[in-house]
Amino acid sequence: MKKLLTVSILGAALVAGTAQARDYDHVRFGVDVPYEPMEYRLPSGELTGFDIDLGNALCEEIGITCEWIVQEWDGIIPGLMSRNYDAIMSSMTINDERRQTVRFSDPYFTPPSAWFAPAESDIDSLEGMAIGVQRGTLQDNYVTDLFGDVASISRYSTADDMVLDMEAERLDIVFLDYPVGKSTLLDSEERDYVVVGEMITEPKEYFGDGFGIAFRQRDEALAERFNEALATLRENGTYDEIYQRYFGEE
Amino acid sequence: MELTTWLNELLSDNLIFTPQTLGYYWEGLVTTTQLVFLSLLAGLVLAVPLAIGRSSGRRWISLPIYAYTYVFRGTPLLIQLYLIYYGVVFFDGIQETFLWPMLREAFYPALIAFTLNTAAYTTEIFRGAIKATPRGEIEAARAYGMSQALMMRRIILPSAFRRALPAYGNEVIFMLHASAIASVVTLMDLTGAARFVYARYYAPFEAFLFVAAIYLCLTFAILYFFRFLEKRLLAHLKPA
Amino acid sequence: MLDLHGYGPRLLEGAGVTLQLALLSLLLALVLGLLAASAKMSRSWLLHKTATLYTTVIRGVPDLVLMLLLFFGGQMGLNLLTDLLYDRTGIDLFINLNAFAAGVLTIGFIFGAYMCETFRGAFLAVEHGQIEAGKAYGMSNWLVFRRIRFPQMMRHALPGLSNNWMVLLKTTALVSVIGLSDMVRVAAEASRATHEPFTFLIPVAVIYLMIASVSEWAFARLQKRYNVGFGEH
Repeated sequence: MKKLLTVSILGAALVAGTAQARDYDHVRFGVDVPYEPMEYRLPSGELTGFDIDLGNALCEEIGITCEWIVQEWDGIIPGLMSRNYDAIMSSMTINDERRQTVRFSDPYFTPPSAWFAPAESDIDSLEGMAIGVQRGTLQDNYVTDLFGDVASISRYSTADDMVLDMEAERLDIVFLDYPVGKSTLLDSEERDYVVVGEMITEPKEYFGDGFGIAFRQRDEALAERFNEALATLRENGTYDEIYQRYFGEE
Repeated sequence: MELTTWLNELLSDNLIFTPQTLGYYWEGLVTTTQLVFLSLLAGLVLAVPLAIGRSSGRRWISLPIYAYTYVFRGTPLLIQLYLIYYGVVFFDGIQETFLWPMLREAFYPALIAFTLNTAAYTTEIFRGAIKATPRGEIEAARAYGMSQALMMRRIILPSAFRRALPAYGNEVIFMLHASAIASVVTLMDLTGAARFVYARYYAPFEAFLFVAAIYLCLTFAILYFFRFLEKRLLAHLKPA
Repeated sequence: MLDLHGYGPRLLEGAGVTLQLALLSLLLALVLGLLAASAKMSRSWLLHKTATLYTTVIRGVPDLVLMLLLFFGGQMGLNLLTDLLYDRTGIDLFINLNAFAAGVLTIGFIFGAYMCETFRGAFLAVEHGQIEAGKAYGMSNWLVFRRIRFPQMMRHALPGLSNNWMVLLKTTALVSVIGLSDMVRVAAEASRATHEPFTFLIPVAVIYLMIASVSEWAFARLQKRYNVGFGEH
């Protein structure tokens, strides 16, 4: 199999060879869509959302150009490692497990996670429930470790898949970042959904310290530039403006 | 006993292949086997009458069957799976029927999609085999005064099954490989288990090479099973 | 009229991606298939074993698993290689494998194995007498290949090639799982966003059927051409 890989890799080099310098006047962000309102696509295909707007504003502040590369969540960290892009800005929670692999910026947003279920359902125990999570998220890890033995867990590639199966009544309850659950379920016109129980931010080993931009370990300087720019945007009001755009009350 | 301690020792310094992840692979193997076996069985049961109908001279019987096999063989299984998985929900009130407890699970929609797909391929394989029945056999049956139904049962089908065996063996392997897409509708089959391990440990080589090795073993097992069957059933066709 | 909720242009783009992907992978598969078939028939033990390993492993593992492995693992392997190059020689090279290239490489690589078997069978089916006749005419090896072996081989290979192409075409749908925006991915995304799976998936299925029908017609014409002189076949 190794031999086969080598052959394919040589082939790849011939076909897709583009040499790139390793200094950054252009940053490529990996992002997983749809994850409304953090990052999603308009029907035209244009990317939009809180992360996208904030990321673009950060790049402008630093004075570099940036580009967004769509990548499924379950491959998003390997994609960074393998340099398909230079950073991840995709509602990624900072936690110790991930810190071993990537370098995070300062947190730029701190949402809780929450359980969402149809309004008419009456849930007092998760035993035997069909729980939906997005594959490879911290919610997946949490639910797998705590309820893997008592409930049936369905893992989805995107948050939209999960919502569709929730509407189809294939799932009893889903576990999501609160803002995403709010915009996809609570604001849904098809059915009424509610948050079940408390917002969840503990234990830290799962729920970490809020969302951060992930870089490769050695790109310390780049992470530092983004931290400075983030501080500036928080001061000059740009951050609040973007925040209002997506989370402001109408 | 010794084996388990050995296994535990082996796994103790391994971050990825923990007893827990091996458990996922094992469950995945069970799911894949069930899914493939059941869909092949149901597909086979459907394909026999469909192949007979497809070989019929009456166009109002053969044409609709041809349309069915053309569509199911001409489009990707992934689309068929999406259509059935997401589509069943759009029948109003399906949630209230007795079918829902089954259709609610990802397993049954996947089973339906796989069954319809393999039935289409198998129908065409059998049709080819029925068409290739030597004329002499049919004439001999007629000379014996057999009815059409009796001839089908005693002469045409048994000889067609034997001729279809090699092609059907390929279809079985094809189905095993095609079943890997079950993971896109949340089923934790073998590939689903590998994707889970990959997403949790960021280890593409370990996660996917391991599962590839399992599929390879399954493929060889099927291959040898069909070789054995062919040897037994087609012995009389071998040049002496 | 079909209301595509504004997804029409992207769906069309997706169809373009599917078609390009299929054609480029076909090209790669044909080249790899010819190479592997020659290796399998060569007298070199090493070449023969390598080609056998290639076709056995590839045909024993699901396309999707190979795709996930090559797509996610391929770039990592590539980086290990370029890092090694950097450590050893100081040459700083970065090779970026985009999703489309990865798709073409993976599908081409997989179907090269199937093409290999088709070509090998077809080469073996060419009557030896014809080749000897060519040599007796004083033709060079290359000329024998071009004028006799290749066209004769194609006649035998076409049904298999046509079959492989149809399977390859459908296999391209799997790239949607690894994140390439082919028409299946766009349709699936649109179905989820609008909650109307039939509106998007059925037109895509119809496009696949159309491509398949056109291909069938084209292969029938080719078959006719290569069968010239052999009557009905």
